[in-house]
Amino acid sequence: MAKTLFEKVWKAHVVAEEPKRPSVLYIDLHLIHEVTSPQAFAGLRTRGLKVRRPERTVATMDHSTPTLPKRLQVIDPEAQAQLSQLEKNCSEFGIRLFAMGDAKNGIVHVVGPERGLTQPGMTIVCGDSHTSTHGAFGSLAFGIGTSEVEHVLATQCLLQSKPKTLEVRIEGKLGNSVTAKDIILALIAKIGTAGGTGYVLEYTGSAIRALDMDARMTVCNMSIEGGARAGMIAPDDTTFEFVAGREYAPTGLAWDKALERWKRLPSDAGATYDMRVDIDATALEPMITYGTNPGMGVPITQALPRASDFSVSSERAAFEKAMIYMDLEQGKPLLGHKVDVVFVGSCTNSRISDLRLAAGVLKGRKVASSVRTLVVPGSHDIKKQAEAEGLDRVFIDAGAEWREPGCSMCIAMNGDQLTPGQYAVSTSNRNFEGRQGKGGRTFLASPLTAAAAAITGKVTDVRTLG
Amino acid sequence: MASFTTLRSHAVLLSAENVDTDQIIPARFLKTLDKNGLGNQLFFDWRYLADGTDNPSFALNKPEAAGAAILLAGDNFGCGSSREHAPWALMGWGIRAVISTSFADIFKGNCLKNGLLPIQVDAATHAKLVEAVQANPKSELSVSLEARELTWSDGAKVQFPIDAFAQHCLLNGIDQLGYILSFNDQITSYEAAHG
Repeated sequence: MAKTLFEKVWKAHVVAEEPKRPSVLYIDLHLIHEVTSPQAFAGLRTRGLKVRRPERTVATMDHSTPTLPKRLQVIDPEAQAQLSQLEKNCSEFGIRLFAMGDAKNGIVHVVGPERGLTQPGMTIVCGDSHTSTHGAFGSLAFGIGTSEVEHVLATQCLLQSKPKTLEVRIEGKLGNSVTAKDIILALIAKIGTAGGTGYVLEYTGSAIRALDMDARMTVCNMSIEGGARAGMIAPDDTTFEFVAGREYAPTGLAWDKALERWKRLPSDAGATYDMRVDIDATALEPMITYGTNPGMGVPITQALPRASDFSVSSERAAFEKAMIYMDLEQGKPLLGHKVDVVFVGSCTNSRISDLRLAAGVLKGRKVASSVRTLVVPGSHDIKKQAEAEGLDRVFIDAGAEWREPGCSMCIAMNGDQLTPGQYAVSTSNRNFEGRQGKGGRTFLASPLTAAAAAITGKVTDVRTLG
Repeated sequence: MASFTTLRSHAVLLSAENVDTDQIIPARFLKTLDKNGLGNQLFFDWRYLADGTDNPSFALNKPEAAGAAILLAGDNFGCGSSREHAPWALMGWGIRAVISTSFADIFKGNCLKNGLLPIQVDAATHAKLVEAVQANPKSELSVSLEARELTWSDGAKVQFPIDAFAQHCLLNGIDQLGYILSFNDQITSYEAAHG
């Protein structure tokens, strides 16, 4: 029977299946970080358990690490305690750790692919909802809670009920200045933040095939913002070229064998999905969110909705609540709205292609004096690459801050944060109330749109910059 | 894990949709090494005013909310991050069951691993419950997990769905890790076959 990519990866990892029970699913790669792992290791100690396959878990420090250049002292004692605990746990249980300052350190979802740890057909989990990022390689990758982190450490397995499948077919050529971020924001605006609940998404179509790996990761990264734990893209030559030669990628005969296996992963002709959503790539515009969840987004040129546009009373109430928090006027476009902070970074948009996009807009221009602009690369590798290309000079000359890698202002745990009432155009993934700092207000957008806002100090359609 | 069999309590109504885990517990409180003691941080930015005093208009601060073990929440509750600190904070405050029309996947899984029961009801039932709680915030609801049944003050009953395995684990306080460990031989065979 014709199978989807998801079904193939799922089936290959089922260790045990019993009636009326969730499947026992084998996990190939487990990524951990300082915030969601300490209680899992504590659980192992309480039970006297070891890590079953320490070589299959890889740790990094990213959520609460400082990003100020050359000043990597952690001033927050709680963050320091958590970072030290991760170091202790990794050393005690024999787990590879890319510690703060290490050349291989960076955001967990940037580091996995960059080191070649992330490979097609794998099952990959991490105590972080943006683990969906790794699905860009044709792996089944999803976020888990801390109890499950403990399960994987102890058994290399998880109990999982088989999710349904949703094909997101995106056909056509993207227009000028329309990016992967705009694709995913448009999808979430269309299906809502719960539209993908219970599903694994598979992104298909010519628009997806045309994206490079960085862009595919941006799309898969935000699958969770549409409610789907995982989003996948069938591996192809673009994928194989990205993986080849990376530190932990197979080599020689092992590479040939892997490639043969990976080429069988794409969904078979005639495979069926439980649901399908179509998006016309040619009709997409640069997107921006205005509200307090990622589904509250519009094409940047469009006016915001009005309460009267919502027929369901609870949706109307949610919209009105968001407009109060954001202090925005209904029915008006966001274009021209003042911006205090621009953040280019996060596991969604901190890769080299993202930085090139932002630098392309900022080159030879100056950031508005009223705007604080932070550019935070996703890893040390990316930072080095950007510096080799002179992108750091572009950012610094424009008046932006060029930082050390980390999650930074996406989750605002490390001191990089908005102050109450500030507006940010951010390339991150969540515009929830207070996400980027208590009282802060977030407009999510692409690196191009973020860079345009940095220059003008206002929400700006990058296509009008000239 | 503590078992869950029955629960009898009044409910506190949080009438907002898409309540994300950043609202349930803001990220700045995740720098802990512990699962306990997070009840004070629950809904922190909604619960306290800028000067640190209680926000009197927030549902959990109303006098009738005291002692409630059931949270009656809006659709898509618990969306966003995978932080298990969200159910830990809810339980730390005293919540043992959350009723909503839908839950985000990761949040629901995290609840079930901590003995916090997610009760999914249809929109019409949800509306009736909201009405009942608004009419009498102290009116008690009864939950029987064995019967998968929710009963409220006027004797009205409704069945709720729950995965059979999750129900079995909650009723008996079975820890899922113990269950997975019982598959040790199969895991070993799988590893031998797959390298």
